[in-house]
Amino acid sequence: MVIVDRRANPQGKSLANRERFLKRVREDVKRAVSDTIAKRRIADVDSTEEVRVRVDGTEEPRFATTGEGEHDYVLPGPGTLNRGDKLPKPQGGAGEGQGRRAGRGRGEDPFEFVLTREEFLNYFFDELELPHLLRTSLSQDKMSKPRRAGYSVYGQPSALDVRRTMRNSLARRIALGRPDEAELEALRLKAESAEDTEEAAAAREALAEARRKKIRIAYVDPIDVRYARHVRQPQPATEAAMFCLMDVSGSMTEHMKDLAKRFFMLLHLFLSRRYDRVHVIFIRHTERAAEVDEDTFFRSRETGGTLVSSALDVMLEVQAARFPAERYNLYVAQVSDGDNDGGDRARVTSLMQTKILPMVRYFAYVETSADRSAFPHAATRRKTELWDTYEQIAAATADINRLAMRRVSDGAGVWGVLADLFAKAGRAAA
Amino acid sequence: MGLLFSGSDWDFHTLDTIHRACEEIAVGEFGLQIYPNQIEVITSEQMLDAYSSNGLPLMYRHWSFGKHFARDEVLYRRGFQGLAYEIVINSSPCIAYVMEENTATLQALVIAHACFGHNHFFRNNYLFRQWTDAEAILGYLQYAKSYVAECEERHGTAAVERILDAAHALRHQGIHRYPKRRWRLGEEAERALARRAHAETTYDPLMRTVPGYAAARTEPQARRQVEEIARARLRLPEENVLYFCEKHSPRLADWERELVRIVRLLAQYFYPQIQTKVANEGCATFCHYEILTRMHEKGQISNGALLEFLHSHSSVIMQPQLGDQRFSGWNPYALGFAIMKDIQRVCLDPDKEDRDWFPAFAGNGDPWATLRDVWANYRDEGLIRQFLGPKVMRAFRMVHLADRSAETTYRVNEIHDEEGYRRIASLMAEQYDPAHIAPMIDVADVDLFGNRALKLVHESVRGTRLDAELARKTLLCAETLWGYRVHLQERDSESGRVLAEHASS
Repeated sequence: MVIVDRRANPQGKSLANRERFLKRVREDVKRAVSDTIAKRRIADVDSTEEVRVRVDGTEEPRFATTGEGEHDYVLPGPGTLNRGDKLPKPQGGAGEGQGRRAGRGRGEDPFEFVLTREEFLNYFFDELELPHLLRTSLSQDKMSKPRRAGYSVYGQPSALDVRRTMRNSLARRIALGRPDEAELEALRLKAESAEDTEEAAAAREALAEARRKKIRIAYVDPIDVRYARHVRQPQPATEAAMFCLMDVSGSMTEHMKDLAKRFFMLLHLFLSRRYDRVHVIFIRHTERAAEVDEDTFFRSRETGGTLVSSALDVMLEVQAARFPAERYNLYVAQVSDGDNDGGDRARVTSLMQTKILPMVRYFAYVETSADRSAFPHAATRRKTELWDTYEQIAAATADINRLAMRRVSDGAGVWGVLADLFAKAGRAAA
Repeated sequence: MGLLFSGSDWDFHTLDTIHRACEEIAVGEFGLQIYPNQIEVITSEQMLDAYSSNGLPLMYRHWSFGKHFARDEVLYRRGFQGLAYEIVINSSPCIAYVMEENTATLQALVIAHACFGHNHFFRNNYLFRQWTDAEAILGYLQYAKSYVAECEERHGTAAVERILDAAHALRHQGIHRYPKRRWRLGEEAERALARRAHAETTYDPLMRTVPGYAAARTEPQARRQVEEIARARLRLPEENVLYFCEKHSPRLADWERELVRIVRLLAQYFYPQIQTKVANEGCATFCHYEILTRMHEKGQISNGALLEFLHSHSSVIMQPQLGDQRFSGWNPYALGFAIMKDIQRVCLDPDKEDRDWFPAFAGNGDPWATLRDVWANYRDEGLIRQFLGPKVMRAFRMVHLADRSAETTYRVNEIHDEEGYRRIASLMAEQYDPAHIAPMIDVADVDLFGNRALKLVHESVRGTRLDAELARKTLLCAETLWGYRVHLQERDSESGRVLAEHASS
């Protein structure tokens, strides 16, 4: 008999199967993630522990019988039944007892399973990317990668190159004639078996010489030792800056602000997880705009009128001061309810067309609207001032095609909009 | 003789001692014959893992295993479903997984149950001897796993999944239910046949080799003749749909055939287990019960351990009755154990009734020899037909419910009394007939001159019908394998009347 302890075997043997399964239920998982994000409090979006996914679309079909026809069951009875007694059939058609064999009834029950936080984040952000990201410049030396560069005679023990070291050692031993065990053994036998004394003396002398040589010449000498050498090679950096513009004016209801914050929260999470070197600049505006820090952006409240151009101005100021266009890939994400002062239109148009759009790689505009589930009969939305403005700008700059616009009305849609705006090229239309 | 262990803690030494003690009793006193044992200690997560891949230690990769794992895991974590104490694999050496959470007493139970009960059954039962190759299964699984992985690398996961999904859907129709007629020509002849079938991968060459093919295109007389010859070559009708597709599908590539074959052989490997649940579990449960009782007699386990064992044992053989909320059909452990216990009683201490029912072995005084014979030579259906006695029927208060789709209620037709015994035993046995495990579907014909459509037939017994929606989806899978349309006819097995027709598209 053999006892094997398998407990220490690598865990997660079924991970490959799980991956394949997740791929199958991609749509279900997406929906579940959207719902989860929608339901969570904003502060919890990042700290989601797990996502429950309800699956109904993974049927494994096989031939199965219905309850039709004549069936006979022998079952353990309660002891009170008699011939001719009638028992009600359970509702739903399928028989009971033997009737509940696997495969009865149509398909299978939907079930729930749990997606870990890591899975959810990795799996989903995997589909996103910043569009048109270019390598702009050879910037700070921080962006460098170690590269193999031959061998060195000094280095860390961990970088010791055993093969090269032993090769050197072998070459040196051969060159200097260090006797090996077999040679010594042969000499010893010769010395012992030598008959005539002269010959024996010579043999003993040869043996002693060989032994001295063996001691004098090291097996591995410090001069043999080689280390793998690495040099850091500068890498062309992909530096990017994302400007987050949020409208916090009085016309934005709590619901809309909530949507806006959720959007930026996800965007921020996406950027910080997927890109090392993306600067995020938070700008919020009413009739005046200001650059704020992350905390203020997401948590503080403010209210006032609306002047979109003020935000664009601040954005351009910050950009000019810190993020030169030739070095940075510039991105803008703007969330607003679409209200704007009518007199601002010309200025917004000119800023966008002459300065911003030619400079940025991508401008994503998200418009929040009232919760449609709360007002299901709110008829076709009217076009907002800003939407209309941007639509015309988009049409005018169709050749560079850098302005993308989406609408979102409820929490569950936020993920979809983000995924849509930043879908990897070729996956979906930007 | 001292205690084998005290308290609930155990280590590998304890397992070894327990195994030795069990072996002394099971092999020395009871005369069981076993494969060498290999006990593997695993965690609960690994147990879940083994669950999701049919209890096999290694399995090729497929999303459905991931799905079952995800589902079982949630049920387990929320406490809706416990895990088995053990899983045992029909292989040589016989591998038994035991969970690290088990107490020492439970480990003793598990070792007696799996390493001796199931092990003896696997080694001796005629179905397992006939259909499975315990020596080779682990090697085969290894091969299957790497073959599937290689195909995924070469042809992409999607292409592999397409075939595996389709083959999985027809898994229950991928079984040879009866041993193949062997011509006693040795293996070489079989191989040659297989090789020829392999060469006949497409129809046209096959048809052209049939004499008179050209003439058959126009003359009905000649056509009938040619069809007859072709049918004989295809050996129609064929009970094994997967086998037929593997050998004769005009569209599958070689590697796809091999995938179908892997699914088919694994389904075949499990077929004996499906047919012997009651006998197998009955054997194992009876063995663990007798072995642990005997250990207690010999002073090898304490009174406390015996009580703990009896507590677990009685929950294993719990049979909720009709009308109970927990009722979900027969518990094979309970039924099997009751029958085995009854056989033992009849051998040792029969009364008049037993002598009437079981004249062959009543009072023969050797229950172990009798039981060893039962375990070697019967599957569930035969076991119940031959050995379900009136005492067991009374103990379970068996009743026969007639379910007729025309009626709105079940009717009690028979109960456990003098008049009903025979009928109940026979109906109970029918319930375990393989025909009731999965619908009987055969390949009936192929349209050789027309659109190459494959024709399947479901022999409907007493009005049973297939779920139309599922049938259509499954036929779609069959079409994936066959390459052309697949029809399914439901026919009444007695009158031959056609009840329904399904098609893949």
